[in-house]
Formats: sequence, structure tokens, C-alpha cells
Amino acid sequence: MSTPSLFPYLLRLADDRLVLGHRLSEWCGHGPILEEDIALANVALDLIGEATLLLKLAGDAEGQGRNEDALAYFRDSGDYRNALLVELPKGDFGFTIVRQFLFSAFALLQMDALQRSSNAMLAGIAAKAVKEIRYHVRHSAQWVVTLGDGTEESHGRAQGALDELWRYTGELFLADAVDRDAASSGVGVDPSTLIEPWRAQVDEILTRATLTVPSVTYMQRGGRDGRHTEHLGHMLAEMQIVARSHPGASW
Amino acid sequence: MKRALPSRDELFEILGGVMDPEVPVLSVVELGIIRDAAATDDGVVITITPTYSGCPAMREIESEIRGALDIHGFGPVDIRTTYSPAWTTDWITGPARAKLEAYGIAPPGPVQPEELIPLRRRSALVRCPYCKSENTEQRSVFGTTACKSIWYCNACLQPFEEFKAI
Repeated sequence: MSTPSLFPYLLRLADDRLVLGHRLSEWCGHGPILEEDIALANVALDLIGEATLLLKLAGDAEGQGRNEDALAYFRDSGDYRNALLVELPKGDFGFTIVRQFLFSAFALLQMDALQRSSNAMLAGIAAKAVKEIRYHVRHSAQWVVTLGDGTEESHGRAQGALDELWRYTGELFLADAVDRDAASSGVGVDPSTLIEPWRAQVDEILTRATLTVPSVTYMQRGGRDGRHTEHLGHMLAEMQIVARSHPGASW
Repeated sequence: MKRALPSRDELFEILGGVMDPEVPVLSVVELGIIRDAAATDDGVVITITPTYSGCPAMREIESEIRGALDIHGFGPVDIRTTYSPAWTTDWITGPARAKLEAYGIAPPGPVQPEELIPLRRRSALVRCPYCKSENTEQRSVFGTTACKSIWYCNACLQPFEEFKAI
């Protein structure tokens, strides 16, 4: 695989995790109960850890001397390549959990396939991530069922979250030239091949949660090309302010 | 003057004195974090692997490894990180598991092959490290560190942590 394609491919993998990890970190100190405060912070830590390794690899592939911190803190929103799904504000606990389940189920299939990447570093990162994401899926799936098949209030909130989030799921499975190049060279996986197993797993949990997949067919897109919602810029402003105010600082 | 080159076993023995900052009853060797150690005339190369991708203790662990080796004067200490093969709790040995339990942390069970998407609550029994009852229940998959989960013992009414099998 040529270096020009490897960099943007790795950036997509990394940015999904960095942005969602930051969104989850916003729960720290605000969780509905202590155990969930800790759980969301743990998942955030895993995602930011995976993002750090992927950004480092991306920086090496780019060969312009940018390390993981430079890529995380000194890119503007238009240079981020995450899917729109992960940048939406955290919402209430139900919204955060439903999104986490939708993303983690996708991420597990994606990282499972990437364990066989021809890029040894990426395969190693993926093998590690799979172990972590199993716990993310278990945690979020249990909560989706608890909330969906819970009280009228919790069911309504979970269904509302699903209605709002569903139109952002399609982008996860869109494949463009970068994805196809990554897949054909053996480095990456074509995300469009993951939608069927993903949908089967999601349907199983949503059924048990008595939640209904909305009938919308229109899917939002743009994140992979750097066209984001207004929310990402605000999030990055907070995430990047310290590093940009004190460039080169270490502690 | 530098000492004679230490063997791999000697290096492992020294590193056996470096305790994990989060689980201070286990050394970094017992946890399986140290993957390799070798000495040359140019210094020592230690290969480590993180327990979790985002483990915040890795930098602290590196600095403690460096400190433990520096006093022996083997020369510069080069610490390399490997991600493959991925760390597994299966590398924690029997004696180390007993130390964990004595410390109040239920040791990890064997890593079970499971379906790719683990949707169902697992059925494995976790024994209370205090009263040894198996009448326990999981309160949260995630505990005070990435590597642990929170449990509750219905027999002695004591909350405790379990080292998660990964």
C-alpha cells in the first residue's frame, strides 16, 4: 500500500477513537452512578489509548515528523476524519450508551478483521483493541437492554436516542478509494463488508431491548472528507486549548 | 568500571523487584509486562508490553524499571514497547495469582474463547477473595483501573475487585 493512502486510512481509525474517547471523558465526575462514572472513564481511556497508538503509526506513515500529539492537538476540525456519529454531543446517559453500543459493535468487527492486517503494527494494535472492545460491547449492550426494556421514561429516552443516532450509522460502512485501497493491499478492511454482521448483532440486542430501528433511510455523511457538524469544532477547542496555549510544554 | 554483562535471568531477577504501581503486590515480571531483557556492551534493552492500550501507569513503570537498572551500572537502559503478542492475563503465574487473592483481588480466570460479540452475561464463577464464597455478583465490568471489574460478595457482604481475564 502506498504511503499516501496509508496515512488517511489510519487517520480515520484514530480519529473515530480520539473523538469518541473525548466525548466519553466529558462524563468524568458526571456519571449517573459511581460505577458508571468509572466505567465510562475506563472506556474513554481505552479509546484514547488506541487512538494514541494509531496516530503515532499514522504520523510515521505520513513521514512529515508529526507525532501523535501534533496530530491530536494541532489539526483543525476540517482535518479530522472521524465519522459524524462520534462527534455528536454526549447527550444524556441513554444517548451516550446507545451510541457506544452502535459504535463498539462496529469497532469490534473492524478490529477483528484488522488483526489480520499485512501491517504488523496495525495488526498488533487491533489484537489488543479487540480484547478491550469486547468489554465495551458487553457493557453498552447490557445497558441498552436495561434502558430499553426498563421504565417508560428510560425506554422513551433510549428510543429517542436511537431515532436520532440511526441516520449517522451509515457513514461507518461507506467505502471510498482510501478504504478500497487499504483493503486491496491487505492493510485494511472494506467497511462495507461489516454492515451485515453488524446489523445482525444490533438487531438482536435492540429486539431484546424492545427498541425499534427507525424507518429513515437517509444517512448523514461527510466526516471522512472533513465536513463535520458544528459540534466538532467546539469539542476540539476545549480538547486542544491547553496544548495550543503552551506549545511544546510537557508535564 | 562496568560490571560483567548480566544474563537475561539476572535482569529478570532485578526487574522482579519492580512492583506494579497499581497492584503493588505483583512485580512487573509476575504481571507479564516484561517480554524480554538483554544486555550488550552498549547497555541494556528491556522490551515491555502494556496491559491495556491506554494504561496510564506505563510511564511510571518505565521510570521504575530504569531506576532499578541504573543503580547496577549496566550502561544506558533502552526500553522498547511491543504490542504483539497482545498482553493476556494468562501470563500471570500461579504464585502471582495467590498473591493477588491474598491482597483482596480475585485473580483472573482462564481466557475463554467466546463469540466475537459477547452479548450475554458471562457465567464463570468468581470466588470472593475474603471469605472464598462463590455466591458473588458482578456490579460493573469496569473497576478502579482498566484491568479490574467490581464485584460484590453476597455471603460476607464485601465489595471486591476482580482482575479481568483478557
